[in-house]
Parts: sequence; structure tokens; C-alpha cells
Amino acid sequence: MQQPIETILMRQLAAHLATAMVIVDIKGDLVFFNKAAERILGRRFEEARGMQRGQWLHEIKAQRPDGTAIQIDDRALIKAVDRDEPSHVRFHIRGLDDVLREIEGVAFPMVGQSGRKLGAVGMFWETGGTP
Amino acid sequence: MKVTLWGTRGSIAAPGPDTVRYGGNTACVGVIGADGTVLALDAGTGIRRLGATISPEIRRIDVLLTHLHMDHIQGLGFFAPLFRPGLEVHIWGPDSTTLDLRARLKRYLSPPLFPVHLQDLLCNLHLHDAVSEAEFQIGGLAVKADLVCHPGPTVGYRITEGDKSVAYLPDHEPALVCSRIGGDPEWMSGYDLCAGVDLLIHDSQYTPEEYTRCIGWGHSTLEDACEFASFVGVKKLVPFHHDPTRSDDALDRSFERLVALPGRKFDLGKGMEGAVFEVGG
Repeated sequence: MQQPIETILMRQLAAHLATAMVIVDIKGDLVFFNKAAERILGRRFEEARGMQRGQWLHEIKAQRPDGTAIQIDDRALIKAVDRDEPSHVRFHIRGLDDVLREIEGVAFPMVGQSGRKLGAVGMFWETGGTP
Repeated sequence: MKVTLWGTRGSIAAPGPDTVRYGGNTACVGVIGADGTVLALDAGTGIRRLGATISPEIRRIDVLLTHLHMDHIQGLGFFAPLFRPGLEVHIWGPDSTTLDLRARLKRYLSPPLFPVHLQDLLCNLHLHDAVSEAEFQIGGLAVKADLVCHPGPTVGYRITEGDKSVAYLPDHEPALVCSRIGGDPEWMSGYDLCAGVDLLIHDSQYTPEEYTRCIGWGHSTLEDACEFASFVGVKKLVPFHHDPTRSDDALDRSFERLVALPGRKFDLGKGMEGAVFEVGG
């Protein structure tokens, strides 16, 4: 099944950027992340492709700077997909390599031509190294 | 389906002694279904001659616009059926993110670019956003529209009658989103529209040398069109949207080069103005 052209173009952009980018589809399933994101998420995309929403949310842990867990509904990409809410966040993630990293980033809904909801995009930076 | 090429040129009309055989009119393809359903794919300057063939008995005609670049709509104001009182005319095409199709077309069909306003056309006009409609039925023809890689909102169409299908992607640059055509279907612009079709009418505007100067302009080389056709498994490819500078002799040479390609798994048809292709039936 072919992805929508907007998602294809977004992936193309992501593949050319040194900024970490993650794309999820309308269900919240992982569609793509680029090389810069691989380093932060701790796994190559080819090894993680096809991860569904429940799986990546479970395996990539997110917590606030004070150490409290961020609930799934409050995760930036999920807010963007489920509630059409963009957000700017600073938090820690424990990636698929089990390393905790401090992250700052944005997530926003991806809306295509004719208002079609396509998913969401996250762009993020590693800010504080490994705490 | 009977498929007729009424305009095969891209970018700008190119009449002249060097373009007599492949034609100088810009993009327009007529499709007539077994039940008499009439479609006009794009409204380049070629649509003027298509309009002259519409019989007075026809009650409805559908114009499927891929996008609103001038070479695809310039003939619209000269399409006689638009001025036929009572004729039902449906125009399908993409909205933009800020304007609907009506507002976009009015930019052309209004002074100073054109003397007649869209609202003053005499036919019974209906406009549809092809992107949100996505799949629709016109008479006996099932139509699927999907956005493809080309600057601005641009769709391609797949038209199916029974088990036969035609895909029309006159402006398409799949190479831009897939560095090597033939990668993963999930990430290939146009894949779902074109997979397994009996006839693919596809952009082939550039030579490889020209393409290096025009990456991102939304068009393909003949070679990319062939790779794409092979990857999606079409039965026949008709190269289309010829560059306005390309002469008949140059297009003949390109076609002969294609015919000689080793391992080609599909038939080829010449994208000549006036060419007719029967699909099924």
C-alpha cells in the first residue's frame, strides 16, 4: 500500500536533514525516522520499521526532567495525532538501546491536501547529553 | 475504452513544421467508455478539437484536470461544450490548501486573462475536488484520483472499466522521491494508481542531460518513465508531455531507443497527437 504523497515528500525531506525526524501515520504507527533520529532512538530504522503505536510507545520510554513518566496521552506525537495539537517539549527518553537522553523538540500534525489527516511529525534535538 | 490523444505537448503549445506528427497541442486525452461515457483528461489546447467531436446527443461530459498549470487548462475556455445550454459538465481537479477548485479556475476564466467569467458559462457546470472525492464513478467508468509528485497540488488518474484500466500521469517526477526507481512500492509516488494497468500515459519530458538542470520541476525523463512503467508492471506505456523543443525526428529517435531497450516487459505506443488506443472491448 503506497503512502500518501505528502508523507512520501516528508520522508524525502527527513532523509536529507541532519535534524532528527520521526513520522507516524494517522494511527500513530511508526512510518519513518531518519539517520539523525536513529542515533537518538538507539536503533536503525530498518530494524524498527513497522512498529505499531503500542509497541514503540512501550519500548521508547519518556519522562519529565524530574523523572516522572509522561503518560501516553501526553506524549507529543500522540497529542499531535489524536488531538491535532502541536507542542514544544523538553523531556528525557530511554531509547531502544536503553540509553537515557535529554531531548528538546516539536511535534505537529501532518495535514494534507483537502484537509486529509495523515499523521504527525516530530523533530527533536539531543540537548543535555546523557544524564 | 477508446483513448485518443488530442494534445501531447508539455509546457507550451509548440505548433510548427518540426512538430506536425507528434503534435503541438498541450495535454488533453479523450476517453470514451463502452456505454458512451466521455471523459476529457486535462484541458490543454488539445481539448478544443475534442470539443468539436462531442455529439449533440451527449448529455454529460466530465473533464478531469490533473492540476492547474496553464498547459493543462489553457484550452478550457475554447471547449465548446462549456457554452452548450443544458449540457451537464463536471470538472474534477485538485483544490489547493487555501482555495477551492472554483476559486482557482476563476483566476484563469475571468478578465484580463479571459473575457468570459466562469459563472457566465452556459452549460450546467459542477466542480469537484478530486483529492477529497478520491474514488468516484462516472457512467461505466470507475475513477481513482491520487496526488502525485509534481509542484503544487497535482493528481494522477486511474480509469477502470471492467477488468481493464488506464492510468494518466502527464506530469510526474517519481525520481525525486525515490533515488532509484524500483525501490519500495510503499514509497513510490503513483504506484497505487498505476500498478498493473493496461495502458499508462506518462510524463517523459526530459532527456537525462536536461533533467540534471531541472530536478524538482516535476517531470520525468523517458528513461525514468520506462523504469517506472516496468516497476509498476504496466502492459503498455505511451510517453507523453513532450518537451516543446523536441522535434518529430528527435521523438522518433527516442522512441527507437526505447524499442531497443533490452529486457523491456511492456509494449510501447507512440505519444502522437491523434493516436487512438483501444483498451479492452
